[in-house]
Amino acid sequence: MDRRETLKLLALAPFAFTLSPSDARLAAGKVRVAREDDSFAAQFFTDEEMESVRILVDMIIPADDRSGSATDVGVPAFMDSIMNVRPVMQTPMRGGLAWLNSYAEERFGVSFAEASDEQRRALLDAIAYPDDADPELLHGVAFFNSFRDLTASGFWTTRDGMEDLGYMGNTFVAEWTGAPDGEIERLGLGRATWDTV
Amino acid sequence: MFNINSPTVYDVAIVGSGAGGGMAAYVLTQAGANVVMLEAGPTWGAAADGDMFTWNYTSPTRGASSPEKPFGEFDGCIGGWEIEGEPYTHVEGTEWDWFRARMLGGRTNHWGRISLRFGPDDFRGYSIDGIGDDWPIRYEEVAPYYDKVDDLVGIFGNEAGFYNEPDGNFMLPPAPRLHELLVMQGAAKIGIPVLANRLSVITQNHRGRPACHYCSQCGRGCSTGSNFSSPSVLLPPARESGNLTIIDSAMAREVLTDVDGLARGISYVDRNDMQEYQVQARAVVLAASACESARLLLNSTSPRHPNGLANSSGVVGRYLMDSTGADVVGLFPQLIGRPSYNEDGAGGAHIYIPWFGYDQERDFARGYHLEVWGGRGQPSYGFMGGMHEYNDLFDARPRGGGGYGLQLKQDYRDLYGAIAGFAARGEMIARYDNYCEIDPTTVDRHGIPVLRFNVTWSDQEINQIRHAQESARSLVEAMGGEVLNPMPSRDDGYGILTPGRIIHEVGTVRMGDDPRTSALNPYCQAHDASNVFVADAAPFVSQAHKNTTWTILAMAWRTSENIVRLRNEGKL
Repeated sequence: MDRRETLKLLALAPFAFTLSPSDARLAAGKVRVAREDDSFAAQFFTDEEMESVRILVDMIIPADDRSGSATDVGVPAFMDSIMNVRPVMQTPMRGGLAWLNSYAEERFGVSFAEASDEQRRALLDAIAYPDDADPELLHGVAFFNSFRDLTASGFWTTRDGMEDLGYMGNTFVAEWTGAPDGEIERLGLGRATWDTV
Repeated sequence: MFNINSPTVYDVAIVGSGAGGGMAAYVLTQAGANVVMLEAGPTWGAAADGDMFTWNYTSPTRGASSPEKPFGEFDGCIGGWEIEGEPYTHVEGTEWDWFRARMLGGRTNHWGRISLRFGPDDFRGYSIDGIGDDWPIRYEEVAPYYDKVDDLVGIFGNEAGFYNEPDGNFMLPPAPRLHELLVMQGAAKIGIPVLANRLSVITQNHRGRPACHYCSQCGRGCSTGSNFSSPSVLLPPARESGNLTIIDSAMAREVLTDVDGLARGISYVDRNDMQEYQVQARAVVLAASACESARLLLNSTSPRHPNGLANSSGVVGRYLMDSTGADVVGLFPQLIGRPSYNEDGAGGAHIYIPWFGYDQERDFARGYHLEVWGGRGQPSYGFMGGMHEYNDLFDARPRGGGGYGLQLKQDYRDLYGAIAGFAARGEMIARYDNYCEIDPTTVDRHGIPVLRFNVTWSDQEINQIRHAQESARSLVEAMGGEVLNPMPSRDDGYGILTPGRIIHEVGTVRMGDDPRTSALNPYCQAHDASNVFVADAAPFVSQAHKNTTWTILAMAWRTSENIVRLRNEGKL
């Protein structure tokens, strides 16, 4: 099957966020990943797991004055997609969420989703700092490291995320002028000793 | 029985449409030869099929890699390390990762465009240090072809006059990025040289192709043809000559020979209908990539060539080499929390570090260069993974790295583009005992016997990589940064990557003066069959540490001009 056929199939698939390259170019600047309030039916996460996922991603990347939270930009939907294309990640994810619930039960007698804000922060505080975590919690630490990474993957690769970062590329540049003079001087750097464009 | 594809007897049949095959097609069609080219993959063109300017957010997986797209979802190469129906095997206890491209233009669609010439020393390594073998030719014989390639294709760089790094006919290079200037500052402190990179990316309009527009997406396939790929530069003029027929989705099975042992054509499997066909030709040029060309020859047995075509010496498949590779990553405090600018640039670093250890006392013979990466590229899947390992390196945190919430969110912003790294690419020594051969029992889905690999690193490569690790780590420190990946142990080969991972395979159909120890003569013409030629990197006698493509192009040009000369002299 050639690439064009593959792309046509993807466009027909449900929950497809993929556009063909030409569509993508046309839509540049207008495309947003489906938000939480748009119809999104998880294909991997159970309802209970999705509740935990939503809470977790927003604790990891909350809204501030520059951009929204992880759920604002559809990170849970992204995670669900990833679970389906990378099955090797499924057990660590499912197991990690289960471990978190088990830990919440152990400490507070409730699941992670049922816990209060303060309780949830206490749970994360215990596993979010690998250098300072109780050795008995290493499985939670490992899970949270991966979950944090995946949250970042899902957040910063959105259009809102890229704008927040100030990414200025992926565009036609007629003349390359190199690094800004102000930055070169601020950092006390030299310039190339050879001629450049 | 075979279905004959057409009654035409072509002057030349070329297997492979990449650097070598494309160049052979270009030269031969310009000389009036009627050429047929077989390409295993489908037709593909960057303008119509590529993903230049695609935003990663338009995909649910944000550009993530997959088995089909190991270099990322939008990478411009169809193929991979594991291709369904195209297995390869290993001698037990050895490792070799084999990348195959299956598309028009092959790997030239997505490669790194690093276009370094081999230097004079690289052709005569044995004479210098007694290791490996000399090529049967010298730099002076290839130099005119490097010049022609520079002029045809276009390349930027600076005239550095640096030892064993011959200057080319360069266009102006783009100014270094901020992190590259930091590399240059650190390198100067410890006496490590830095040159402008030498990429086949044009910085001025050239022969009908527009100059680069600095989107840094060469790897996706350039829709404007502003970098080198075979379909952008070589195939269009070859097609325009009217002398080129390309048959795509054609998996060559073997070179067919006549009773005298000369090639008479190629049999291949059409991947659309899985039927067998033949093309007939008076001469054959193999440019299917080093291992595939060797595989073709080894599978082309006949009464005259019981050991495989062109293999009376037994060297076909032998002396397999890939570049060594290892990585060092650093975090640089000066680059933290800086204002944005568009850092995309050309599709590769604007600088490189040439091998500088010629006069050093060392426990390995051959050198390496360091490639540089960093800066604020378009976020993609995996963005800033491992944050817990470094967000406290330059900001003392009471509980160390990691965390969550507003501080973490700010950490991503601040540390974006503060990471940079070095990738060593070194020369592997040619050894007879490193080889690929035909697996005795396994066939691919076309019924073609597959390759079995047997390659191991020697102390030469391990010691070299240790030096590269130490140099790169010293450089990170001289730049004021902190290394993020711990120094690997010798047991781990100092982090040397699995053989094959650098995708610079060479050596499997080596050239030489002596038919007892080489398969090809100094014009890459088979000793055993005068109408069989090889135009990819299989003929290379040594691997140098320079990326192979420019030498493939120069050698293929030279080989093809010689084919024309032989034909004009009635010797073909």
